[in-house]
Amino acid sequence: MYPSPEHTWRPGARLFYWSCAIAVTLVWLTPIMLLLLTALKSNVQINTEQGAKFTLPSPLMPEGFMTILGSSSFWTSIVYSFMVVLPVVCIAVGFATVAGYVLAKHKFPGRTWLFAIFVAGNFVPFQVLTFPVLRMMQDLGFGDWSPYNSLWALIIFHGAFQTGFCVFFMRNFIAALPSELIEAARMEGANEFQVFSKIILPLLRPALAALGLLIFTFVWNDFYWSLVLTQGDLMLVPTQLVNLARGQWQNQWNVMAGGSIIVALPPLVFFFFLQRQFVAGLTLGAQKG
Amino acid sequence: MSFFTDIWQAVGPTSLTLWLAALVAGTVIFAFTVGRLFRYGPARILFLAPAFLLFGVFVLYPIGGSAWMSLHDVRADRIICSDGREIAELDDGERCRRVQKMEFVGLKNYQRFFAKTPRNIKRLRKEFGKLVSFQYLNPTLTEQEREKARPSYPRLTDPAEALLNNVIWLILFQIAIPIGLALAVLLNQNHFVTRLMKPMFFFPFVLSPTVIAFLFQFVYNTSDSSPLLWFFEWVGWGKDGILGTNGWSNIGIIIAAWYPQIAYCVIIYLAGLTAINAELIEAGKLDGAAGITLFQKIVMPQLWPATFICVVVTTIGALRSFDLVHVMTVGGQKSEVLARLMYEVGFGENGGNYGYGATISVILFLIMLVFIIFFVTNMIRQADD
Repeated sequence: MYPSPEHTWRPGARLFYWSCAIAVTLVWLTPIMLLLLTALKSNVQINTEQGAKFTLPSPLMPEGFMTILGSSSFWTSIVYSFMVVLPVVCIAVGFATVAGYVLAKHKFPGRTWLFAIFVAGNFVPFQVLTFPVLRMMQDLGFGDWSPYNSLWALIIFHGAFQTGFCVFFMRNFIAALPSELIEAARMEGANEFQVFSKIILPLLRPALAALGLLIFTFVWNDFYWSLVLTQGDLMLVPTQLVNLARGQWQNQWNVMAGGSIIVALPPLVFFFFLQRQFVAGLTLGAQKG
Repeated sequence: MSFFTDIWQAVGPTSLTLWLAALVAGTVIFAFTVGRLFRYGPARILFLAPAFLLFGVFVLYPIGGSAWMSLHDVRADRIICSDGREIAELDDGERCRRVQKMEFVGLKNYQRFFAKTPRNIKRLRKEFGKLVSFQYLNPTLTEQEREKARPSYPRLTDPAEALLNNVIWLILFQIAIPIGLALAVLLNQNHFVTRLMKPMFFFPFVLSPTVIAFLFQFVYNTSDSSPLLWFFEWVGWGKDGILGTNGWSNIGIIIAAWYPQIAYCVIIYLAGLTAINAELIEAGKLDGAAGITLFQKIVMPQLWPATFICVVVTTIGALRSFDLVHVMTVGGQKSEVLARLMYEVGFGENGGNYGYGATISVILFLIMLVFIIFFVTNMIRQADD
């Protein structure tokens, strides 16, 4: 283990370590504390002389939360966000799992290149795709209907884009599973679909959870695409929050702080309850390269 | 007959939809005919196809589409039917799908991007010399001379400014990596207090960039009761604060972006530290390595995979930077970056120029391509091992 466990250190070094650790943690949490304190003050309190500093709200005024939760467009955008995120997680994770299985456990010419394409596409700054994707969304569809300016555009695009990361993730995870299991199943006469559903899928449960959480967070936090692919009030939460901050609640800091906390809440709840899966998901790529 | 044409117009798929349907059908047919010639052929093709088609159509193809569009003049308000007819040519009551007209103009958009960027080396040196000024730090100068030597943001065109800011992003954003490494080393203890501290350092990673932007707007605010006002006064920005000062606003945004990025690096490096080979460390200690030497010669090489992934993600993040800039300054105070300039050109107030927007995005992609090639070749080499 590096560094060596702190209880083996000299007392002076331990004291130094702990004072450092506590100081760093306090500095690190400062912005978040400021946000929490701002959210719990009334606007009058914030605009008084010491209001925006680190003073405790007195009295406690969850006015900001009340105002943002009373806004119907904010609630609508939360519902929209879930309506986009959940299908995206299913599409991206589902498609990527089967593709990842073939890329990991089947040997055929060009498989490294196919994998490299998914990885490389994932690195593209997604803004590059803006105009052609916009045009395709306007052009696609049936009769009068096109996915542009509907949640479908967001579902389709996010589903496609996140597939890249999911393939990368799943291929690396499945590659680490023992091949003997698959060989044995094939000896027994199982076809590929049975091998996948009976052998691979049960082993993937932790990976599926980790990946689903990550994709949920990525898509929930996205700000750009609902700016581009939808108009009017059809916005996901982060975009709607900025929209409200520029319009209705300009300079109402407690409302924006309250809104920020609510936007951050779903990923945060997942993170704190399923921390191990989360970290495992993030670091899988790191260890396999 | 008109009854059927009406129905077709009401529910009929567009040509693009038909092409996609044909692509899907073609893949299925291919899997069961040609695919049969190979062992596991149909299964392989059917397993790979959904992910590959979706990714290919909506991610890979648009990269080429952007390049193609950048050679055209495309305006948001110049609309025609997707089958090539003008809107005015349509019969009464006839409908069609509307898309933007594309007029080929060659490299005009690229000329526009690079027009008036300083190409004269002398001028460039003079302009960029203003960014950093060591004269300003010279204590022997008088107040007036110092004021003249005060570092300032060079006068540049919008695209050149965005390019410069992206370069600054690329460089300064990397500082998140050593900070993350230092925090990871600090946190790699088994004491229950450090175990409680770890999630505190992880969680900013899951915050939306929008939330990060608001967070740092509170931190950077310049009202009378601002927590950092004393600092702004001390540096000389006064009531403008960091976000209101030309040139520094960009750096303020980068510092805000560090917050989730440091969190990510801490997560990656902690995983790397737990996977470290303890025997190597013991061996190193026996050989007399300690302190900096031990870290440099024995720990860092083992952390190379973690460092690599951090550099990759940080570089991508620097080039993708849009959200924070768009929320915190809307590109004002010389904080414009390429991704946001592209948005401004396409969708901003005086925007609607999709062709030029696509040009900017292609330039952004070309910058990224250098890194992508490097990263992917590296990864393939690792995957082959």
